[in-house]
Amino acid sequence: MTSDSPAAAPALPAEAAAARGAGTADAERAVLVRVEDLHVTFPGRRGSVDAVRGVSLTVRRGECLAIVGESGSGKSVTARSLVGLAGDRASVRARTLEFGGTDLAGLSESRWRRLRGRRIGLVLQDALVSLDPLRTVGAEVAEPLRVHGLVPRSGTRGRVLELLGDAGIPDPARRARQHPHELSGGLRQRALIASALAGGPELLIADEPTTALDVTVEARILGLLGRLRDEGTGLLLISHDLSVVARLADRIAVMKDGVFVESGDAAQVLADPGHPYTRALLAAVPALHAKGTRLSGTSAGSAKALRAYAAARGDARAAAEASGAPLLSVEAVAKRFRSPDGGWHQAVDEVSFTLAEGEALGVVGESGSGKTTMARMVLGLTEPDAGRVVFGGRPWSGVGERERRPLRRRIQAVQQDPLGSFDPRHPVRRIVGEALGRGSDGERVGLAGRRSRDARVAELLDLVGLPKALLTRRPRELSGGQRQRVAIARALATGPDLIVCDEPVSALDVSVQAQVLDLLADVRAELGVALLFISHDLGVIRHVSDRVAVMKDGRIVETGDGEAVFTAPRAAYTRELLAAIPQPVSAV
Amino acid sequence: MTSETTAVPPAGSTAAPAAAPAAGAATAAGDQAGRIARRGAARLARAVAARVAAVAVVLFGAATVAFAGLQALPGDPVATLLGPQTTASPAVREQIRDEYGFDRPVVVQYVDYLDDLVHLRLGESYQLRRPVWDLIADQFGPTAQLAFAALGLALVLSVTAAVLTAGRRGVLRSAARAWELAAVSVPGFWLGIALLTVFSFHLRWFPVAGSGGAGTLVLPAVTLALPVSAVLAQVLRESMEAALDEPFALSARARGLSRTAVRIRHVLRHAALPLATLSGWLTGTLLGGTVLVEKVFARPGVGALTLQAVETKDMPVVMGVVLLAALCFAVISQLVDVLYRVADPRLRKG
Repeated sequence: MTSDSPAAAPALPAEAAAARGAGTADAERAVLVRVEDLHVTFPGRRGSVDAVRGVSLTVRRGECLAIVGESGSGKSVTARSLVGLAGDRASVRARTLEFGGTDLAGLSESRWRRLRGRRIGLVLQDALVSLDPLRTVGAEVAEPLRVHGLVPRSGTRGRVLELLGDAGIPDPARRARQHPHELSGGLRQRALIASALAGGPELLIADEPTTALDVTVEARILGLLGRLRDEGTGLLLISHDLSVVARLADRIAVMKDGVFVESGDAAQVLADPGHPYTRALLAAVPALHAKGTRLSGTSAGSAKALRAYAAARGDARAAAEASGAPLLSVEAVAKRFRSPDGGWHQAVDEVSFTLAEGEALGVVGESGSGKTTMARMVLGLTEPDAGRVVFGGRPWSGVGERERRPLRRRIQAVQQDPLGSFDPRHPVRRIVGEALGRGSDGERVGLAGRRSRDARVAELLDLVGLPKALLTRRPRELSGGQRQRVAIARALATGPDLIVCDEPVSALDVSVQAQVLDLLADVRAELGVALLFISHDLGVIRHVSDRVAVMKDGRIVETGDGEAVFTAPRAAYTRELLAAIPQPVSAV
Repeated sequence: MTSETTAVPPAGSTAAPAAAPAAGAATAAGDQAGRIARRGAARLARAVAARVAAVAVVLFGAATVAFAGLQALPGDPVATLLGPQTTASPAVREQIRDEYGFDRPVVVQYVDYLDDLVHLRLGESYQLRRPVWDLIADQFGPTAQLAFAALGLALVLSVTAAVLTAGRRGVLRSAARAWELAAVSVPGFWLGIALLTVFSFHLRWFPVAGSGGAGTLVLPAVTLALPVSAVLAQVLRESMEAALDEPFALSARARGLSRTAVRIRHVLRHAALPLATLSGWLTGTLLGGTVLVEKVFARPGVGALTLQAVETKDMPVVMGVVLLAALCFAVISQLVDVLYRVADPRLRKG
């Protein structure tokens, strides 16, 4: 390994340049990775699990191959097999497993180590946990340099600053001294990329590098990866989101249950998907659909159940609707917080809007724009410094909790991370049952009371399309989509007039996201519940909302009818956001 | 104490305007760095003052409880202080009554008592006929030696065991776990006797008893360290395994680090917080004296002194030991708290 790597490294740029200069076809570029018939198996309690079943792929220099699939499809395991980190218990078999002409099968651990970080770089999702949170960013970037002895000790700092600068981090000297939690999500991800590039690898594997990032930040990270590819680095991009890979990939492989169901030229896969699963993935991208269409291929079964539920509850809401007053009115609220350096941070500044009964208002903005603080004020969890909130015709801010409590059941919340907002020790029965309270029929009156409560929880689960069998499951035993459905069932338990959804689908795969968005649309249509829907994703917002408010730096910069904001944005910031949305088909 | 802390911030703030006119535009950045450094020094002084104050509050509480305990004991306080086995002359009794001011109001006695403590006057043991301060000062040395030797040894053993076995499957990990369970379960005095039998009586490597020189420290330190190291290793391994599952461990290995390097450079620090908490508590316990081990190895120490004082109802000494234990725990928990912030930058804010 050591003997051939110095020889191979200098040849790289020249070779890549020559290939491009001569205008040779992709097929003639040097092949970096060649995998044929890869199988990865994990021993499990009930027999072994075949995570990857016969996958074949090649990555050339200066080329980007994207593997697209949902969580659990085996795409990450495939990628990690290429650096020998599929896991201690994994058994990896392949007919061919080559990198740069080296056979990777049966490579010793010390030979793997010389490959990792030096010739193959790996970038993981969410740099807050993928960088060591206890070490400075500079120390993390310096690590590959030190491990592989690439730079003399005295030159390490200079090289680290250079790498951070190359990754597009402004003021690298200051950033190198900071810890990951002191950096924004975008800067952290750049630092993680810088550490993966420190060894000057020929292949970069990026596993969900932009998930959980704002759209404009995502666009910049994809731009950085694109530049690396153009400079001759081979790129293996892993993502659940077809619209993300569309910007970068030369070729796309769609993975499901451990096999590639479709692979080929990116333009062809996106424009003319051959496999139904690829079509389903494309259909699930909300940005491409007009409001009112269904994103997931599922039948509207829950809509029917919701309609029956609404009919059974009677016409109480119709009476309320007749009053004509807005359900929620937010009047020039402001909130500021102490920032760590001793100054004040104006999180929300003079924000006003109203929400009618049964209306859906989408609030879009990037992280730090004040969306969540605003949501907390609407929920009556944070008291505004100025302005007021009126809910259901009664003052909601500036009053004691004693006065708020009777109204609380009418306003419910669905959070981004249900795993964090559920007690991990409680089963679904208790998580949802708790929200039923000790009201009229929910008194703790022994077995009979518990039975009727269970029946009501089961009814609520049915509304959100979950089987009764889940009653005894705990949050960890549910999938992300199921958890979010439980969160919606819990919100519906009190019969609310308004549900505040704070990034409810941001942590979900595209196809699961589609199902949850469809469910929320059904809930609103059938039960007449108003939605305050907060997201950083314009596509999601567009799909759900009647009206849209765009937030930036604590202020609403634009508000108006949903379609109008998307088709004829007035504020410059809205146009910037719209430009950053990945558009899979039009980009090709 | 208070005068010191209030003096520091003004010193820092008067320096700032003095430097400002001298600094030109070119040195603006340096000036800013200086200002940040000064602000940092002031903040450090405030933080230290707050911690010292916290220790003082704990000591005040312990002293008050000890005083209240003495007051609450039934019978003549002079007799209580003298202890049951003393035959003191009426003149001596009168002297004690006068010294402690038992004929004055309780509040005055309390204030006097606190004043004595501030001046490190802990009273006198009438049974041993020596000042309590001298008794404790004599005995604290051997105890501290033993406690820190045991703690150091326990840390070395537990870190080694955890680094070698965390996140691995196989014989080594199972063996380590079995050993830890055994070491935790075995009573300390039995372990001490077993070690004495083997290493002192049969092999004659170490002296049987006493407290002179390093040789006498080995066996007692090992006796204390083995169970402690087993508990620490269990806690350390568990938190290291949690950290090994985090994505940053995978990132580090993808950079070319070996498994062991990931453990030492990344994961160990994540496991340091629970380790610091537990070792702090253990150190407090060890410094309070380890009666059994001191008895088995016939070592002097605070433990032996405490036992003797309790047996003979030597109240002045008991009260002194109570204050010593409170001081040890308060100081150590503050040190652990500082260690947290050193180990985890996320805790440094606010």
